[in-house]
Amino acid sequence: MRLVNTFAAAALATGLASAAFAQDPTKVGFIYVGPVGDFGWTYEHDQGRLAVIEEFGDAVETTFVESVPEGADAERVLRQMAQSGHDLIFTTSFGYMNQTMNVAKQFPDVKFEHATGYQRADNVSTYSARFYEGRHVIGLIAGGMTESNIVGYIGSFPIPEVIRGINSAYLAAKSVNPDVQFKVVWSNTWFDPALEADAAKTLIEQGADVLMQHTDSTAPMTIAEEEGIIAFGQASDQSSFGPNAQMTAIMDDWAPYYVSRVQAVMDGTWESTDTWGGIDSGMVAFADFSDKIPADLAEQAKAAADAIAAGELHPFTGPINKQDGSPWLAEGETADDGTLLGMNFYVEGIEGVIPN
Amino acid sequence: MDLSVVDPVALFVGLVAAATPLLFAAIGELVVEKSGVLNLGVEGMMIVGAICGFATAVKTGSPALGFVAGAAGGCVLSLIFGVMTQYLLSNQVATGLALTLFGLGISALIGQPFTGVKSPTMARLEIPVLSEIPLLGRLFFSYDIVIYLGIALVAAVWWFLKFTRRGLVLRAVGENHDAAHSLGYSVVAIRLAAIAFGGACAGLGGAYLSLARVPQWTEGMTAGAGWIALAIVVFSAWRPWRVLLGAWLFGGVTILQLNLQASGFLSWLQSLGIPAQAQYLSMTPYLITIAVLVVISADGSKARSNAPASLGRTFTGSG
Repeated sequence: MRLVNTFAAAALATGLASAAFAQDPTKVGFIYVGPVGDFGWTYEHDQGRLAVIEEFGDAVETTFVESVPEGADAERVLRQMAQSGHDLIFTTSFGYMNQTMNVAKQFPDVKFEHATGYQRADNVSTYSARFYEGRHVIGLIAGGMTESNIVGYIGSFPIPEVIRGINSAYLAAKSVNPDVQFKVVWSNTWFDPALEADAAKTLIEQGADVLMQHTDSTAPMTIAEEEGIIAFGQASDQSSFGPNAQMTAIMDDWAPYYVSRVQAVMDGTWESTDTWGGIDSGMVAFADFSDKIPADLAEQAKAAADAIAAGELHPFTGPINKQDGSPWLAEGETADDGTLLGMNFYVEGIEGVIPN
Repeated sequence: MDLSVVDPVALFVGLVAAATPLLFAAIGELVVEKSGVLNLGVEGMMIVGAICGFATAVKTGSPALGFVAGAAGGCVLSLIFGVMTQYLLSNQVATGLALTLFGLGISALIGQPFTGVKSPTMARLEIPVLSEIPLLGRLFFSYDIVIYLGIALVAAVWWFLKFTRRGLVLRAVGENHDAAHSLGYSVVAIRLAAIAFGGACAGLGGAYLSLARVPQWTEGMTAGAGWIALAIVVFSAWRPWRVLLGAWLFGGVTILQLNLQASGFLSWLQSLGIPAQAQYLSMTPYLITIAVLVVISADGSKARSNAPASLGRTFTGSG
């Protein structure tokens, strides 16, 4: 864990900042769960930070702290940021939720933006992307391309965000391939390349010829490339790790949101909001489709993405039963956001128990 | 649930590969601790070895040179620790922890241009005839050469410590540095050599991660392996062959829990109402380590005799 840009705090302490500028630059802090060089989740958040600098130049000052464990450390880092005069702080992992709420209570004048969480306050907004829309699209490709009918899925923690992704991908895969089976392995970490690589190898040994992941490193993609199977990039375009293996990637694009929220703080119009952007808002995007995807399947996947963006297709459209066979959505019914945000069950057809 | 998809041979092969970085780091640390020095910087030396090895392999196109550079990188970093603790007499625990933080930082810096770069692949050692024996061939003769080197290294360390004069001197320094000093042995030089050896081993372990096991460079990719190596040394009660056992056990539970999860076995247990979580399995080696520690401190006579008596104590060399 390293504090970057500490000079900002030093400048403030000596009172130089107020003397040098007619108006203080807006200070924006970011706290990341992994290293900025993970080429996945954290990398994309940092791209958002760079977009903020690009947009506002000298009018903003940004700070980031990377590889902050979810726990007491996060609270310490957040408090330090709040005390050193930050106006807006982005906390970019689900596990920072309680820490964000605690520190926000103590610093009512500082604005907080918590990614993928569900607790809000007057100075805490939440934002997330509808990754499950992306998972639907890659699920179609996975279902259409698997030959062993086994899709390996490396999950991180059994939280609604991850479970939703598994369900969405499975339903889509099953819609094009009724025999498809999902094997899910929980790694209980967001970032551990060696463990993720082992999980990928294990799944391949047990018959998976398509890999999906909801962890942040590029290790599974590297293994997929080595073993000659196909996989999907997570959070970021990972084709440099799997030029043959990557079919496409679900990419997170936080830049427009970050820029608009910093603008709101500058204008004094910032309010606590709850944003959940999907393919339509550009928050969820796709890397180039591989030419290994059969043309008609690629066509179908692209059409699905367009239909989701246009609001004509919802990845969770009934009839869908829960894993135990009890009905969840009736014919034509779509899932409401509340259920999706708290999703703690598999849909019918997925084997295995969600660890609790 | 379908346990038949778990192939025991594949399980064992995966276990051995997963254990190799731990094995290197732990056997090196064992020698360091046998000389009476506690170096908590294993994690830092491993990650520096990982990036030095990866960078060199990419630049030269040779994984073999990569491993040499990984060992050299870990060795150089460990000598910083050596100079600090042996000449400047700094506290070993604090210096070791600082070494880990330093190693993580500098590896991230060196690694900046190497993220997303592909390393040259390492050829698997196909031993003719032997690797074609049906079951045994895969079990024993299907690995890359580094894995055999790791096991050979354990044998060499065992032989060195047990049967050679120099090994005896090293152990003497670890047991009672004042006595060794008064016999005319250079405590500082011997300890520096042990520290350098430990650093090189940790560097090799790190290089195995970035060149063979993952294989790629990512910041912070050791993700705690160095701390596990420290636990293995305690688990082994400072005995080389038990380090091998410990590394296979610690590496093995990771592979085993992944296999049990993927096969649906854990889910099946849970559906029977048995609270079988992957975490319980991951916990077991640490519980065993604690148990070993308890045994060591409870019954002195046999177990304790193996823990170096001067471990972690500063040698001032006066008199």
